Amino acid sequence: MGTGDPYGMSISHALASGMGGIRTTGDLVARMQLRKKMRLPQAKQYVADKLKVGLDDLADSTVMRGLRQELDIGVITAVPGARKGIEAKRNIAELLDVEVPCLKRL
Amino acid sequence: MSKIRTRMGDGYVTELTLQELRDDLVAGSADAVKRGKVPPLEENEVDWLADLFANPSRIMGVDPGREVVLTKDGSVNTLYSAQLSSGVGLPLSREQCFRVFERAFCFDTMEIGHPDYSYKPVKPIVALEATGVEQALLTAIIPVFYGAMPNFGLYAQPDGPFPNPADLLPRGEVEAAREAQMAMAGACKADMLYVSRIMAEVGADGINFDTTASTGDAEFLAVLETVEELAATTDLAIEVGMAAEFVLGFHGQLEYRGKRLAGMWPHQQVKVVEEAGAHLFGPVVNTNSRRSVPWNVARAVTIVKECSRVATIPIHANVGMGVGGVPMFEVPPADVLTRASAAMVMIGRVDGL
Repeated sequence: MGTGDPYGMSISHALASGMGGIRTTGDLVARMQLRKKMRLPQAKQYVADKLKVGLDDLADSTVMRGLRQELDIGVITAVPGARKGIEAKRNIAELLDVEVPCLKRL
Repeated sequence: MSKIRTRMGDGYVTELTLQELRDDLVAGSADAVKRGKVPPLEENEVDWLADLFANPSRIMGVDPGREVVLTKDGSVNTLYSAQLSSGVGLPLSREQCFRVFERAFCFDTMEIGHPDYSYKPVKPIVALEATGVEQALLTAIIPVFYGAMPNFGLYAQPDGPFPNPADLLPRGEVEAAREAQMAMAGACKADMLYVSRIMAEVGADGINFDTTASTGDAEFLAVLETVEELAATTDLAIEVGMAAEFVLGFHGQLEYRGKRLAGMWPHQQVKVVEEAGAHLFGPVVNTNSRRSVPWNVARAVTIVKECSRVATIPIHANVGMGVGGVPMFEVPPADVLTRASAAMVMIGRVDGL
């Protein structure tokens, strides 16, 4: 991304162009780039197919907030009982059929 | 005729007529064509950029559905560090900062890094660094990178053990300067491998080599050889982010798999980075502070667009202070930052920032 103060750089980019992280599916699309070297359209299509949603839903927090809780892959708000951290990543690995390196330690 | 409010490459406000705006966009793209030997922007792309900058809204963004993945070099330093990292000095641990980036800023990935942010000083304290990565891996859901800079300069005297090429070259000792750079490259590579392997052992998702080739072709070679070895022996996703738009020929004779490194532009850099086995590439285009932001953005997206076109791995462009069309100023104004961000995605066709 680049350097700059958090408001001017990180937050501004997140609002202008970012996928939204665990608020939507940004972490999932990122994992396909990191593990499989997928370009963005391919990574988005892969995640959309696995989640059985449309491409336009991937960055839509209204759709993804509920779906993430249903799939138990971690949600943005602090929900008691919902999978956290490495617990959520185990479900993500199964859902996406992708390796998450730290899970090898379990 | 009404004026369009925009900024110069140093961040200060300037005003342009619509014709002046278009002239700057065309001139910026033409400069990229001349220097980088890349195709110019299409007419419709210039039109899109003109609309982007002529729009009076305070902030802009990409079209819905065109959102991209964010990776962050410089790690979470921007929250807890000092001005050296554009940091705001929050009294938070790195692990707390990581969670803020995940849950408050909604980043897609994030990075743990040392405040010095160079591989050499990390080596003696790598156990502490690995512990920070482990904590993030346990508690976070987004992918966790470890990141630092090769920072080649730390290996030359007086900071390092090897003769300083910058002292040798002015004296005409070209061969000695080349030998020193190769010795520095060996030591730098050993440090990067040492730290990276420990991050792989603890289960990090990725490793980032930030500001690669800041000291030219020998540093670039050291990173490429490190990437090659890590790609073959670890599970790490490897990101290579560049320091500048073209590779300085400080050595001048170095090649990677038959390709001369000195003078490479982003669309050429990405091909050797791919060959080495990296997963993400971060091209840089420097900002000219004496030109307008529209000129700089047009120049940046012209260069990055060609890089994106030829790449087979995801491209995460650097759009930070002083690069990617963003003003050379530590608190970048959101009006031009968001326009540079949107332009890099919509015209530069990147996979991430």
